[in-house]
Amino acid sequence: MLRYLTVLLVCQLVGETIVTGLELPIPGPVLGMAILFLALVLRRSETPGLDGFSRGLLQHLGLLFVPAGVGVVLHLQLLAEAWLPIAGALLFGTAVTIVVTGWLMQRLAGPASGKAAGR
Amino acid sequence: MTEDLYRIWVYLAASPLFALTATLVAYQAGMWLYEKSGRRPLVNPVLIAVLALVALLLATDTPYGDYFDGAQFVHFMLGPATVALAVPLYRQLRALRGAVAATATALIVGSLTAIASALGIAWALGGTVETLVSLAPKSVTTPIAMALSDRLGGLASLTAVAVIITGMVGAIAGGWLLDRFRITDQRARGLAIGVAAHGIGTARAFQVNETAGAFAGLAMGLNALATTLFFAAAVAWFG
Repeated sequence: MLRYLTVLLVCQLVGETIVTGLELPIPGPVLGMAILFLALVLRRSETPGLDGFSRGLLQHLGLLFVPAGVGVVLHLQLLAEAWLPIAGALLFGTAVTIVVTGWLMQRLAGPASGKAAGR
Repeated sequence: MTEDLYRIWVYLAASPLFALTATLVAYQAGMWLYEKSGRRPLVNPVLIAVLALVALLLATDTPYGDYFDGAQFVHFMLGPATVALAVPLYRQLRALRGAVAATATALIVGSLTAIASALGIAWALGGTVETLVSLAPKSVTTPIAMALSDRLGGLASLTAVAVIITGMVGAIAGGWLLDRFRITDQRARGLAIGVAAHGIGTARAFQVNETAGAFAGLAMGLNALATTLFFAAAVAWFG
């Protein structure tokens, strides 16, 4: 487990370093993700340990958003003043995005092969 | 007796242990209720945890900064978790070969729809420029959205809140919306939730269906990249 956490942190660190050094407009962790992805593609071997660790981490992805979400207490005033544009954009903007993206993907992707069609 | 309790409280409130533990307990309680309800989307564990912790901070008059000092250990894990998205990305890319063009098209259109709809609706309803900029990156994952908002003159912490609420809206209403529009393909369902509702939507998608979850993770990662590039292009364009 320590090994896989180290892999993730090293990728993130390399990503952050490159982004800061070259003043790239993308966030460090996203470049870190691209680096790990490239490494996986180049290695072309199964990585069950890393698979399991990542699945465990992503299973509780929701938890990681809680501290930032509690930050809502800082903006109760602004939320009360500008609730209409904020609520409108968040509710309807998100709904429109889901429907447009899902509809387009289903139209373009063609029939799913066996496993992907499940449930 | 009361004075002793007060002394203990002052000690605990000042140490990171309390905020960290409270965060984990609140989330576990949310998960417990979520499971107990038969995994109903409305009983969202993140929403429950946030509401409980906000109530706790207000009731005990604890500043958010003090809370975050402890909770930042959880927040920190968002970075490695973002990197970890490469794994489902890689796992699905092999099964994805036939749908690469469809995925890329739906992703780019979805990403632009997310930004444009947030800007358009907030503008039409009278939002200030600062509010518009803060809401524009709402569909990408928190650390990225905050950085983008900050760079363009938005309020990073308002963006964080917008991102979380967006995620919860997507996780709660996404399945219902997709059913209404007869979008049954799990790849399309996952992609839609991942583009619109980032990690919180992805967490929900993983719980419902493996394929949908993997596509949501894929969409979340690529949308972070796409939105970042759109923002960089907008900055280069408008200076």
